[in-house]
Amino acid sequence: METKNIMIVGVGGQGTLLTSRILGGVMTDGGYEVKMSEVHGMAQRGGSVVTFVRYGDEVFEPIVEEGCADVLIAFERLEALRYAHYLKPDGVLIVNDQRMDPMPVVMGAAKYPENIIEDLSKEYKVISVDALSEAKKLGNAQVFNVVILGVAAKHMDFTVDQWNAVIERIVKPKFVEINKKAFAVGLGKEK
Amino acid sequence: MSESKKVMMLGNAAIARGAYEAGVKVSAAYPGTPSTEISENLVQYKDDLYCEWSPNEKVATEVAIGASMAGVRAMCSMKHVGVNVAADPLYTVSYIGVSGGLVMVAADDPGMYSSQNEQDTRMVARAAHVPVLEPSDSQEAKDFMKEAFEISEKYDTPVILRTTTRLAHSQGMVELCDRIDVPDKTYERDIAKRVMMPAMAKKRHLIVEDREARLEADSCDFSINRVEMRDTKIGVIASGIPYQYVREALPDASVLKLGMVNPLPRKLIEDFAKKVDRLYIVEELDPLTELQVRSWGIECIGKEIFTVQGEYSANMIRQAVLNEDLALKSPAEIPNRPPILCPGCPHRSVYTVLNKLKLHAAGDIGCYTLGAVAPLSVIDTTVCMGSSISTLHGMEKAKGKDYIKNWVAVIGDSTFMHTGVNSLMNSFYNQSTGTVMILDNSTTGMTGHQDHAATGKTLQGDIVPAISIYNLCKSIGIKNVTEVDAFDIETLEKVVKEEVAKDELSVIITKSPCVMLKQKPITHKCVSDPDKCRKCGMCLKPGCPAITKRDDGTIAIDDTLCNGCDLCKNLCKFEAISDRSL
Repeated sequence: METKNIMIVGVGGQGTLLTSRILGGVMTDGGYEVKMSEVHGMAQRGGSVVTFVRYGDEVFEPIVEEGCADVLIAFERLEALRYAHYLKPDGVLIVNDQRMDPMPVVMGAAKYPENIIEDLSKEYKVISVDALSEAKKLGNAQVFNVVILGVAAKHMDFTVDQWNAVIERIVKPKFVEINKKAFAVGLGKEK
Repeated sequence: MSESKKVMMLGNAAIARGAYEAGVKVSAAYPGTPSTEISENLVQYKDDLYCEWSPNEKVATEVAIGASMAGVRAMCSMKHVGVNVAADPLYTVSYIGVSGGLVMVAADDPGMYSSQNEQDTRMVARAAHVPVLEPSDSQEAKDFMKEAFEISEKYDTPVILRTTTRLAHSQGMVELCDRIDVPDKTYERDIAKRVMMPAMAKKRHLIVEDREARLEADSCDFSINRVEMRDTKIGVIASGIPYQYVREALPDASVLKLGMVNPLPRKLIEDFAKKVDRLYIVEELDPLTELQVRSWGIECIGKEIFTVQGEYSANMIRQAVLNEDLALKSPAEIPNRPPILCPGCPHRSVYTVLNKLKLHAAGDIGCYTLGAVAPLSVIDTTVCMGSSISTLHGMEKAKGKDYIKNWVAVIGDSTFMHTGVNSLMNSFYNQSTGTVMILDNSTTGMTGHQDHAATGKTLQGDIVPAISIYNLCKSIGIKNVTEVDAFDIETLEKVVKEEVAKDELSVIITKSPCVMLKQKPITHKCVSDPDKCRKCGMCLKPGCPAITKRDDGTIAIDDTLCNGCDLCKNLCKFEAISDRSL
C-alpha cells in the first residue's frame, strides 16, 4: 500500500502528543511500518506545534512533505490555516472550531483572520467540529483531542475495536472510559 | 526474552535501549533538547545500571571517563552546545582512550527548534580525532549504540554517537534484544596512558594519529557503511536523517549510506564515485563530508545546491537535484505563534516588576529566555549557559558601576548550578557591584522538569540533601543575599530597587515552583468583570496567554488556561478581576 500521511497541528500544551501516540499505536497494531515525528522543547511552551505520522509497507522519512498530507487534524483554527498547504489536493482537513489568540494578536500587533473555516472550505474538504463543547458535555474538557481523533478515524482504515484497544493500553486506567466515550462521540459526529 | 519483540520507540528511547543492551553500567548527563529523553528513558533500567543528572556536561563527561577507566561501559549525553562545555575532557580523553567502552551522545539541532546556534558536532569530533557514528532511524539508533561500544573498545577510543532533533524526536519500530553481559575490565595502573602531561601526551598523540588512520582504512569494510547500487546516473553519499529524505526523493538513485561519518572510508567513497555519473553529497549543516571528498580530487555536487541552514526534506532534494516544479501552494500569511511563558509562570511576575522599574536584564538559557519576547521584552542579552552574570560583570568593568545601575542579571536555578556559580564567584572576587537574580522555580523547566543538585532528588528518584542556593551564595562571601516569593510583587519591587542601588554585589533569589510541577494545588481561577474593567491594559502587560481582549476592549480570562496566580488581579487598580474558587 502507498504510504499514508497524517498530521496533527495545534498549540503547545494542547495534548497533540497523546493523540499521536494513540494514532501510532493503532497503525502499529494494524501491522504497518510507522514513523512519527514530534516537537519537544521550547515550542511546547504555547508555540505552534506539529506532529507527523506516516504509515505503510515501507516508510523512509518521518516527516510529511508539503502538498502530501492525506489527513490534517488541527486542534485550533489559526493552526489549520498555517498548515493547510501541507494537504494533498484531495486531502481532508479536520479542524477543532476553537480560537486561541497568539501573543501578537493579544497585543494588537496582528489580527486573527476572520472566516478561516469558510475560506479553507473553498479549497479543501473541511470537517469542522466543536470538540471542546462535546468534551465538556462528557464532563472533561481535556478529552477534546480524542473527540477530534474520533472524527478523523473515519478517514483511516481501522475498526472501533482496534482504536479502543489502543486507548485502553495507552491512557491511564482511570481515564480510559471517558476517552473511549469521547472517541465514540467523535466517530458518530459526521455523515 | 526468547522471541523477538518490536515496539515503537522515540529515537532517544532507542538510544537508551541500545545503551542498556550494550551493557552500559554508568551514564551521566545534563538535560538539553533534543537529548533529554535519553536519560529519562535510561532510568527505567536502574536495577542494571547507574544514571545521573550531573550539574553540567563537563562533569557528566568526566563521570563517564572515570567509569570507563574503572573498567565498565559508560556514556554521557548532551545537546550540541553541551559538547562545548564538555570539550575540555573530550579532547584529552581522545588521547587517553578507554578501558570500558566510552560513548558520548551529542544531539545537534538543525533548524534550531530549541537552541541558540546551529553548530555541527562533526566539526568538534574531527578536531578531537574522535570517531562519529550517525544513525538514520530508531532501529539504527539502538544498533549503532552497541556498535559504538564495540568500536570504542576495539580501537581504544571514545566514540561520539551524533543525532539530530529529527532523529531524536521521531518514533520508529525497534526490535528489542537482551542485555549483553559485559565483564568489567580489570584495572591496571598505566600512568603513561592516563596521566596527560606533556611527556606522556606527546606519545599518545602519535597513537591517536595511527588510530585514526586504521579506522579510516578499516571502516571501508564496516557493515554500517553500506553501498546500495541502483541506477548509476545519480549517486548520493548521505547519512543520518538526510539518508531517509534521499530514499524518499530519489528512490532509483544509488546511495552510499555512511553509518560512520568520521573518519570517512576513503577507498569506499572513491570506488563508489567511479561507478556513478553524478555524485551528490547530501548532509545537513556544514559540508564536512563534501570538503573531505573534494580534497581527494573527487568531483561532487554539494553545498552549491544545498543550504547549510536548517533541516532538509525530500521536497527540497527533489527541487535541487531533479529541478522538479512541485507546484506547491505557499503558506498563508498569518500571525506567528511564538512560544511564551505558561499561564501562572513565576518568571512573568518577576519580569513585570523589572519592566515597571525599567531595568535591563542580562539573560541566560532556560524558559525565562522567553522574557525577551514582546510584550515582556525585558531580556537584552543571551549567550550561553551561565553567561548572564559574567556578561553583566564585563559591562561593569567596561563602563563603570553607574553604567549597570539599571541592569540586573537573571538566571534560573538549574542554569545557576550548571555554570552560573562560577560566574558569581568571579563577580565576588573581582568586586562586581551588580545585582544577580536567581529565578528559582525548583526545576530544570524548559527541558521538561528534570531535577538538579538544588532540588533534593536524583534522576534515579532518590531523595537526597538539597544544596541551598542561599547558603551557597552566602558561603562565597556575598553579604546581600535575599530570598523573595516571586509572586509577592510589592516586596520584590522594594528589594530590587534597594539592591540595584547598592554599590555592592547582591543576589536576589525569587522563589516559586514552576506551575507545571503542580506542587501547589490550583485553588481558584481569575475572572474578570467587564462592568468594572476600564480597558487600561495593565493586566495585558505581562503577556499572559489566558488573558485576551474582547471586541469592546474589556478583557476576558480563559478559564481552561488560567492557573490562578493572581498576577493580573494584583495589577488591576479597579478591582475588575476577582477569584473564583474551584
